[in-house]
Amino acid sequence: MHKTALHAAHIKLDAKMGEFAGYDMPLYYSLGVKKEHEWVREKAGLFDVSHMGQISIKGTGSQDFLEKITPSSYRKLGINRTKYTVLTNEQGGIIDDLMVTKTDEEEFHCVINAGCKDKDIAWIKSQLSETVEFTHYDDWALLALQGPKAEKIIKDVLGKDLSDVPYMGLWYEDYTMFCSRLGYTGEDGFEISIKNEDAPKLWDQLLAHEDVEPIGLAARDSLRLEMGYCLYGHDIDATTTPLEADLGWVMGKGNESYIGVEHVKTPQKKRVGVKLTGKGIAREGAEIRSMQDKKIGELTSGGYSPTLECAIGQGYVPIEYAEKGTSVLINVRGRNIEAEITPMPFVSAKTKSTKVKAA
Amino acid sequence: MSTFKYTKEHECVFIEGDIVWIGISKHAQEALGDLVFVELPEIGKKADKGGDIAVVESVKTAAEVYTPIDGEIVEVNEAMSDELELISSPVNEGGWIVKLKASDSSALDELMDEAAYTEYLKEVD
Repeated sequence: MHKTALHAAHIKLDAKMGEFAGYDMPLYYSLGVKKEHEWVREKAGLFDVSHMGQISIKGTGSQDFLEKITPSSYRKLGINRTKYTVLTNEQGGIIDDLMVTKTDEEEFHCVINAGCKDKDIAWIKSQLSETVEFTHYDDWALLALQGPKAEKIIKDVLGKDLSDVPYMGLWYEDYTMFCSRLGYTGEDGFEISIKNEDAPKLWDQLLAHEDVEPIGLAARDSLRLEMGYCLYGHDIDATTTPLEADLGWVMGKGNESYIGVEHVKTPQKKRVGVKLTGKGIAREGAEIRSMQDKKIGELTSGGYSPTLECAIGQGYVPIEYAEKGTSVLINVRGRNIEAEITPMPFVSAKTKSTKVKAA
Repeated sequence: MSTFKYTKEHECVFIEGDIVWIGISKHAQEALGDLVFVELPEIGKKADKGGDIAVVESVKTAAEVYTPIDGEIVEVNEAMSDELELISSPVNEGGWIVKLKASDSSALDELMDEAAYTEYLKEVD
């Protein structure tokens, strides 16, 4: 199994470890999932997300290339600003979802999912044109510091004032550390890219701050579920189009020539949020049924929301059931639990404004 | 003799005549983490040895609770649905999930006592 540069740190913290995308990763630490979740919402949590892939695409034609492999447009994206998007296949399905940061006119850095790294890299390389150069930074770690205190913690620990960095903005001063103001929790916070050999020191420094606790993948999942973010391989995959996934907003105006575009049509089904109003917890795979007890879909994610203190989930239903407020049933071990189609995010995002502060 | 008996699946049981009170061990509670829901069976439901009789859900996962003997559910702990913390009480107080009337008590002899269970935990850990 693969190990990140912070593996020894997790063992030292006595984390409960488990396999994720071929990596031995921390699932939770001493606080436990629920308290870790709450800690991130109230203070700030530190995550090791080094299993994710960090790649770059640069050279003449990089922007055109990205507009071929993703449905987004990068023409109006500012330098050091990030966009969430997807890689599409020839059928218009989603190969992966990713973050793309424009670091220069023809230079982009992307973060891709751990479990998709190999196929993404093979796919991107197979599509490359001669002038576009691809790099995989497999010796870089990625730490996420997420929560309302993140900005202050960076200032206290590193002496850097990042208050002017907007949401989805990138900050760096040399080429040793890159801080992106984004994340997978709906909180303010940063993802910090740093060389493997420098990662343990930064991990320890941040963890020494009284407002920081280490957070495992289990709470990362419940935090992202409250935000209605997709987990690749569950909520989206090669058979779902961006429109079915309700990710139409990633499509850039004017980009009508990306791979698979001809198959991305008005969808018949849509990814929706589901909130259980009856008692019980529903997880991935549970059937979504109409009030007439007819199967209309399945949950692709589901679990307990510590913030709302009820069960929530995501799944696909035919368009006629996708309207918010629609009553549905979720079948758990043969028992129907009442639920309601609910707009996502389930919990309001508290990310920083995307506007750059006037100087 | 210890008050409680244990199964390999980490149920903790209290035996009172032919009525078996079934809960989960401290070890199981720690492994599950924060409980968020307990799904109780219908009273009168017949259960075979090894069959699932309830489900405890934590933030992390769902775990089935099995019966160590054949019998019929005679009582379910409704109070626990509203107050999940009860699970950590002793099984013969608030910590039971169901009470089962045993149709054949002989299978209870296979259960571990406190000392044997403690040894068992060391083996499986």
